[in-house]
Amino acid sequence: MPILKAENVSFSYDKKINAVENFSFSVEKGEYVAVLGRNGSGKSTLAKLFNALLIPDKGKITVGEFSSDDKKSLFEIRKRVGVVFQNPDNQLIASIVEDDIAFGPENVGVPRKEIGERIEFALKAVGMEEFRRSSPERLSGGQKQRIAIAGVLALTPEILILDESTAMLDPAGRKEVLKVVEKLNEEQGVTVIAITHYMEEALFADRVIVLDGGKLAKEGRPEEIFSDRENAVKLGLELPFAARIADELIKRGVKIKSGILTKEELAEELCGSK
Amino acid sequence: MRIEVKDLRFSYGGTKKRKTEKYALDGVSLTIEEGEFFGIIGQTGSGKSTFVQHLNGLIPLKEGMGEIKVGNYDLSDKRVNLKELRSKVGMVFQYPEYQLFAETVEEDVAFGVKNFFPEKSAEEIKDVVKTAIELVGLDYPALKDKSPFELSGGQKRRVAIAGVIASRPEVLVLDEPAAGLDPQGKKDFLELLERLHKDFVRTVVIVSHDMDLVAEYCDGAAVFKDGKIIKRGTTEEVFADRECIFKSGLDLPVVEYLKEKLAEKGEKIACGTKISEFLDAVTQRWGGKT
Amino acid sequence: MRDVSFGQYYPSFSAVHKLNPAIKILLSIAYIVAVFLVQPFYFLGFLACFTYIVLVTAVAKLPFFRVIKSIRAILFFVVLSAVIQVFVNKTGSPLWEGGFIYTGGLISAAYIVLRISMIVLGASLLTLTTSPVELADGIEFLLYPLKLIKFPVHEFALIMSIALRFIPTLLDETDRIIKAQKARGADFESKNLFKRAKAMIPVLIPLLISSFRRADELADAMDSRCYSGSKNRTKYKKLTFGWGDLIAALFTAGLIVGVVFLNGVYGVTV
Repeated sequence: MPILKAENVSFSYDKKINAVENFSFSVEKGEYVAVLGRNGSGKSTLAKLFNALLIPDKGKITVGEFSSDDKKSLFEIRKRVGVVFQNPDNQLIASIVEDDIAFGPENVGVPRKEIGERIEFALKAVGMEEFRRSSPERLSGGQKQRIAIAGVLALTPEILILDESTAMLDPAGRKEVLKVVEKLNEEQGVTVIAITHYMEEALFADRVIVLDGGKLAKEGRPEEIFSDRENAVKLGLELPFAARIADELIKRGVKIKSGILTKEELAEELCGSK
Repeated sequence: MRIEVKDLRFSYGGTKKRKTEKYALDGVSLTIEEGEFFGIIGQTGSGKSTFVQHLNGLIPLKEGMGEIKVGNYDLSDKRVNLKELRSKVGMVFQYPEYQLFAETVEEDVAFGVKNFFPEKSAEEIKDVVKTAIELVGLDYPALKDKSPFELSGGQKRRVAIAGVIASRPEVLVLDEPAAGLDPQGKKDFLELLERLHKDFVRTVVIVSHDMDLVAEYCDGAAVFKDGKIIKRGTTEEVFADRECIFKSGLDLPVVEYLKEKLAEKGEKIACGTKISEFLDAVTQRWGGKT
Repeated sequence: MRDVSFGQYYPSFSAVHKLNPAIKILLSIAYIVAVFLVQPFYFLGFLACFTYIVLVTAVAKLPFFRVIKSIRAILFFVVLSAVIQVFVNKTGSPLWEGGFIYTGGLISAAYIVLRISMIVLGASLLTLTTSPVELADGIEFLLYPLKLIKFPVHEFALIMSIALRFIPTLLDETDRIIKAQKARGADFESKNLFKRAKAMIPVLIPLLISSFRRADELADAMDSRCYSGSKNRTKYKKLTFGWGDLIAALFTAGLIVGVVFLNGVYGVTV
C-alpha cells in the first residue's frame, strides 16, 4: 500500500491558472523520489499539497488513512509528512537549537520527558549533538539545514520532503545535507521526496518525476528520464555535466557507450575504450 | 582598469585585533589585469566576499592595512572619489533581485545612473537605461513600466544587473551570480555574462563556489583560504594544482576530474579547463572527427 | 553592525543561567528598586549594588568586560546627563572663586552616572544570562494572570521570541542592502537631512519586502510543524523553581536590606 497517494489533484492560487493540474502519483514506504522541473512548474506547490499546507481544489491526497480534504486530518498528515524548505534562515523559529527542535513536538502535545528524548534522537540523526545549546545564528548554512531536518524528525515523520533544501548552500553544505538525508533513507527507512534543480542529486533517487506546467510530464528511473535527452532538455532539465560531454564525444565519433550520466561512468568508459 | 592589491589585511574587529581574533583578510596581494574574466574561489568564510567589497570601497581600506589601486584610483588616498570609483566598478551581490525597490523597471535601472551622473538630462538617462535593459536581453517597451516585483526570478536578476551596468562600469564584480536559478536560467545567464564581457565590460570578476563555471568561463583565478590567497594563476594552472584545490576543500571541475582519472590510467591529456578544449583533445586522441 | 552587546545572550551552564527566568526578571526588578533606594548621596549603597553585580557575574561565569561593555551602548546618554547636572545644578559651593561649577553639581552628576550605570549593568546581567526565548518564557509566565481577561499570552510571547530571533538576521540583511545600494551610488552620508531620509527608501522597501517574504515562509514552516496556537500544546522547558531560585531571591533581598541599612549610616551629604 502506498504511503502517500495523490489522485487527479488540481490546485490554483488565483482560480485562473492551475499551479498543479490533474496530478496523480504515489510513493511507497522507504522510496527516494526526486522531483524535477523548471522554476514555476509547480514543484513547491506540490510539497505544500503533500503536507496539507494547501488543500487540492480537485482530487484527493491521502497519507496512510488520512485525507487532506478532511479538516480533522490536517495535523495527522503534517505529523507524518515533514518539509524542509529552501531558506535556512526562514524556518528556524527559536534562538536555541534544542528549543527549535522542541517546537514541533510541543505543538502536538508530546509530554515533556519524551520531547527531551526526541531532541536527542533527532540531533543524533543529523550528527549535530554538540550544538544542542547553540544559537542558530552561529551555524553555517549546511548546519542550519541539518537542524531544520532535526526539527522535522522530532515529529517522527514517515516522509521527509526537501523543497530545494540545498539550493542556497555552498557545495560543502550541500554534501553535508545530502549525506544526512541518504543515511536517514537507508538506515531508518525514512521515505524521501527531494525537490531539486541539481541533476546530480536526482541521480541517487529510486525514481524521478518531472513536472512541466503543473502536470506530471515524465516518471521513471533516473537513467530513463535522461535517456531521451532531447525531451529532457525540453522539460527544462539540464543533462548532468558529464552526460553532456559524453554525448558530444559520441557526436564527434568517439566510440563510447551511449547513456552515460555520471562523471565516474564517463571516466571509466574513456579509460576502457582506448 | 587594472586592479592591484598589495598586502591587504582586514579584521572585523578593526585595526587593533585581539589575540583570539583572526584576520578575515591576512595579507592578500592580487593583480587582475584589464580585460580578464577572473574567478575568485574558496570555501565560505575564506574571505572572498570581504575581499571584493574592498574593490569599490564598500569596506573602507584602513590605514596601514595594505594598498589597493583600481585603475588610477588609489584607495589609500583619503581624497579618492568613491562615488566615481563605484560608477566604474559595478558590483552585483548575491541574489541581487533583493535590492530592487522602485515602482517601475525603468526607474530601478535608472537609480544608479541618476546617482552617479546627476548632470545627465532625462532624455540621456532614458537612453542609457534603454540600452542597459536591452543589453541584458529584456524587452524594453514591454517591461519598462512594469513593477520589478511582477517579474519572474530570472527577469528580476537581469533587471538588477541592468541597474548596475547602466552606469557603464569598466569592471563588473559578481558574487555567486548564478545562485538560485534553474538550469535553463543559469545557462542563459552565463551566456549573458560572456556576451557582456565580450562587448561591454572590460573586466569581469566573479566569486563562485561552482568550479565548473569558473573552469568554463574564467581566464584566471585565485584560491582563497583562511583570508589568504594560496594560489593565483590561469584557471589551468590553478586547477592543475590538485593539492591546493583539495586543501581548500574545493572540488575539481568535471573536466579536470576526467583528466585526473585518465591520467591515473596513463592517458595524459594536455588541454585547458574548458569543455571545448577537452572535447578536442579527446577526439584527437581517441580518433574521431574534430 | 552586529556589535550590539546590550541584550546579547552569553551561553554558559552556570547556576545563574539555570535560574527560573520569571524569577530572574522579578529579581532584576527588585535589583533596580534597590538601586533606586540608594538615596542621594549615600554612595556606599552603590558599592553594595556593584558588589552584587560582581558576585553575580562571577557565579554566572561571565567575562567581566562583557558586562561592563553594556554601558558603552548608553555612554552618550550617561555623559549627557552628567554634563547637564554639572552645568545646571548650582547647589553647594563653587569649585573655585566665582566658578560656574558647584560641588553639588559634581556630586549629583556622579550620583546620576552611577545610578544609570548600575541599572544598565543589572539589566545586561539579565539579558546575558537569559536567552531571548527564556526571557519570553519568563514574561509569558508573569503575564499568565492576564489570561483571565482573555489576553493571548502565549501568542504574545511567541511573537516576542520570533522578533528576537530575527533581529540578527534582519541586521545582516540591512547591511547587505545598504552595501548593494551604495554600490549603485546611493549616498547615505549626505549632510542634507532630507536627502539622507530619502536615501533610506531604497533600503527600507527591499527590507520590507524581504521581511514579508520571510514572514510568509516562516508561517509555512510553523504550520508544517503542526503549529495551531496554544491549544493542547506542551512545553519542553517548563519553568521550575529550585533551591537556586530561593537562594537568589534571598541574596537579592539581602541587597535591598543592605542598601536601606547603608542609607541610614554613611551619607555624603551636601
